Amino acid sequence: MQLVSLLSFWLIPLFVAAVLLTGWLRKVPVFDEFITGSKEGLEVTIRLLPYLVSMLIAIEVLSASGALDALSRLMNPLLSRIGWPAETLPLALLRPMSNSGALAVTADILKRHGPDSFVGLVASTMQGSTDTTLFILTVYFGAVGIKNIRHSLLAGLLADAAAMLASLLLCKYLIG
Amino acid sequence: MMNSVWVLMILGGILAAAVNGRIDVVAKSIVSGGEQAINLSLAMLAVLSFWMGIARVAEKAGLLQVLARLLTPFLRPLFPSLWNNQEAMRHVVLNFAANLLGLGNAATPFGLKAMHAMQQANRERETATDGMCTLLVLNTAGLTIIPTSVIALRAAYGSQDPTATVGVTFLAGMVATMVGLIVDFLFRSLRWKGRRGSRCS
Repeated sequence: MQLVSLLSFWLIPLFVAAVLLTGWLRKVPVFDEFITGSKEGLEVTIRLLPYLVSMLIAIEVLSASGALDALSRLMNPLLSRIGWPAETLPLALLRPMSNSGALAVTADILKRHGPDSFVGLVASTMQGSTDTTLFILTVYFGAVGIKNIRHSLLAGLLADAAAMLASLLLCKYLIG
Repeated sequence: MMNSVWVLMILGGILAAAVNGRIDVVAKSIVSGGEQAINLSLAMLAVLSFWMGIARVAEKAGLLQVLARLLTPFLRPLFPSLWNNQEAMRHVVLNFAANLLGLGNAATPFGLKAMHAMQQANRERETATDGMCTLLVLNTAGLTIIPTSVIALRAAYGSQDPTATVGVTFLAGMVATMVGLIVDFLFRSLRWKGRRGSRCS
């Protein structure tokens, strides 16, 4: 348990230090490159905005209308038996389909329950621990014209399911 | 896919609002949902920009190449079919290293180059090769050291420790990668066995 939080504390500072030091020693114009790169942050944010608007409006309509509550009530007895927080179910289902959509759902969970609550930690881990299977398969196989993708969809979705379950268990036993 | 998901979300919400006699919340939600999206983007901008800057420095410092060299001995056994396709293997390793460093923009071009190199050696033009399937497993599992956007999101909502989940995220990502690779391996061996069986008969 302590090892993992220690890892979290040290990983970021060490990574930043290693990157900057290597760049500096190799005579990279570190500051200029940093500025060029951080401009991309602006582009990414702008590109993300329409997705966040569309998904957050959809989530807001779903929750204000009482549909989300009804779904949680329906699923809760089943999920609570295995200790799965029902609030993260929509996230787990959306994660393989849309990165920005899932990010918006994570945002909604963090806003409602707080980023440092157990549900908030689980949602953060779920969002970060896997990538958007359907999108990646479409882009990569589409680029070379492959139509028979064999077992890659199944393998990707099983990996996603494993990531969701692992996120829950690791948060519960290591940082929760 | 996202098409139907989104339409069903909105329609489901409107239907539930009508049934519950709260149809007025629909119009309000459209305004407040949009507002949330704008506020969230602004709050995420700072942290996201910082990590994009660091990622750029990492790329220019040649960290990608160093990491790729370190990873090659571990990744090579996963791609037995690429023993005579050095170009594809090189791009596979660079793709994985870029994903690991969170360089999404760099990872995709390397991944696509690997796909093209494998496709050139592919005899069945429309069927994925073994190497392609394994590459896609690595990419869909998406193992990364720094989950940038999640850190930005947690910071935007005032977390006491935005990086609290970095360690468990990496571990969960490892689990996902392992599961994906095992499934991939099982299917590859099944297919191989099937082929050998049919040749014998």
